Amino acid sequence: MFSDRTIVGVTIAVVLIACATFFIPDWVRQIGLLSMAIGSVALGLLVLWRTGLISFGHALFYGFSAYGVALLNHLGVRDAFVLVVVSAAASGLLAWGLGFLVRRYRAIFFALLTMAFSMILYGVLAKTERFGSTDGLNVHPPTFLGYAPVDQAAQITLFLFGLLVIYGLMLGVQIYLRSVLGQMTTAVRENEIRVEYLGYSVEHVIHIKYVISGLLAGFGGAIMALAVGQVDPESMAYWTASGEFVFVAILAGTGNVAAPFIGAVAFEVIRHFAWEHGANLWQLIMGGTLLAIIMFIPDGIWSVLQRLARKKDGVR
Amino acid sequence: MVQLLFTILTDGLIYGSYLFIVAVGMTVIFGVQRVLNVTHGSFYAFGAYLAAYLGGIWYDHELPDFGGFVIIFLAAIVVGVFFGILIERGLLKHLYGKDEHIVVLATFAAFLALEGVGLFIWGTDPYFFYQPQAMLGYVEMLGMPYDYYNLSLIVLALIISLSIWYFLSRTIWGRLLRAVIFDREISQAMGVNVTAVFLGTFILGTTLGALSGAAIAPTISVLPGIGVEVIVLAFAVVVIGGMGSIPGALIGSILVGVVRAAAVHEFPQAEMFVIYAIMAIVLVFRPEGLFAPPAVRKI
Repeated sequence: MFSDRTIVGVTIAVVLIACATFFIPDWVRQIGLLSMAIGSVALGLLVLWRTGLISFGHALFYGFSAYGVALLNHLGVRDAFVLVVVSAAASGLLAWGLGFLVRRYRAIFFALLTMAFSMILYGVLAKTERFGSTDGLNVHPPTFLGYAPVDQAAQITLFLFGLLVIYGLMLGVQIYLRSVLGQMTTAVRENEIRVEYLGYSVEHVIHIKYVISGLLAGFGGAIMALAVGQVDPESMAYWTASGEFVFVAILAGTGNVAAPFIGAVAFEVIRHFAWEHGANLWQLIMGGTLLAIIMFIPDGIWSVLQRLARKKDGVR
Repeated sequence: MVQLLFTILTDGLIYGSYLFIVAVGMTVIFGVQRVLNVTHGSFYAFGAYLAAYLGGIWYDHELPDFGGFVIIFLAAIVVGVFFGILIERGLLKHLYGKDEHIVVLATFAAFLALEGVGLFIWGTDPYFFYQPQAMLGYVEMLGMPYDYYNLSLIVLALIISLSIWYFLSRTIWGRLLRAVIFDREISQAMGVNVTAVFLGTFILGTTLGALSGAAIAPTISVLPGIGVEVIVLAFAVVVIGGMGSIPGALIGSILVGVVRAAAVHEFPQAEMFVIYAIMAIVLVFRPEGLFAPPAVRKI
């Protein structure tokens, strides 16, 4: 495990960020928190995308889990660990159930079916009064194993908590991708029939991916609910949310488990500064960036970083 | 009971016609080019905005009322031709033959950019273009008032579907188009100018998209973000009817319209998701769509 360069690199980065947490301004920390949430979902998309599948409906698991946090919170559950783990697990369970249907589909049909499911969730959330209809629900600040910080301490603790969660997610996904099941990914994308002849079930491989992916999106949604203290259907379950996740995944590239988080930070930073100059600029910049990425660097930011690193080593 | 049934059917027909008008352009483009075109939402929005903007000027000068109807079609053609050429030549041309996902995402990106452009041109204030609707008045049927304008959407849907049917099955251009749909490479080898067919189809689809926006504009307040919902609605119709099938889109739209109208009257909680529930059910049981003919699998 320690021979894996990715794991070593991720560990060092997480420790450095954890130390830096205490010295950065609040708004930077907030961007960090949002990036963790969005990055987790994008990591889930990475797991699917390596097989050539793109989901246009990951807001389903993201929103489901975020509402899970809000509802549990209203029932009196305050502990962040319980809230996040239970809600994410519920998302994973939902993915497991839907997986039986979804695993039979490929390409555009897969994308559209997942989108349809997420829009059903949106319709239910927006029309149910108990879930706050279009206004959504608020989420009270969580406690951490009995520790109930306030103000800045609360944000710092939540940041460290989020960091811990995404560290776990990155390690988990890295180990999964290196396992036999994970290595099957590319094989399925290249030639499903050959994989079947080797004795593996393609549907099974895809089902497991879908569950992992839903679970990751669930963690993302739960972190987001805690970070903004508010859940609503428009920003959590509508198809534009799913679109943003795909955007981040494309921006990041699929090269590495850390890439989605780097992509998410880039995304949130662009959003932060674009909003300051007006909402119209935001969509224009987002659209332009996405187009440029698709046209000129289809493998995302990670591939650029890789190329830079190689140049520095003098290897080409 | 009779009244309820009648209301549901009429509401359903009106909403179904709206869905068909909105989705037919996307269906045409998907049928020919195999491109799931997200920018369709922008064409809808630009059509609505241009119609409302021109209509505002027209009625400010107290020009004759019927001009509003001319403006609807004028706006559709201007937006359709301009954006059709821009997007097809400027973007899609570089993407033919690439992965389906990449094409969808590229059009998604273009949609976002165009949303921003729309905000720059028209700002965030709403535009109103109610005069054509007000001018036609309403009719009372079984005690319920119906705007003539909304009923005319049914006629528009019929005219559009009949013209497309006539064009596809009775004209030489339609035959060329069907040849390209059937097998692009062979048609090319036989001397069909596929590039021109693609551009023509795309402009047709774009114009239909813009026409849907312009035709709906009198019934809504034209606001930023109106194109966003249209995209997923159109996706749903394209899927339900069978990817790229125009009769399928027509029947699918009306089916969805009636079911949704029934939901609105009897089970309002389901109003917002009933169309996506139908979409999911269709994908699960008949992924090729309700009315798509069985296709020979190409290996």
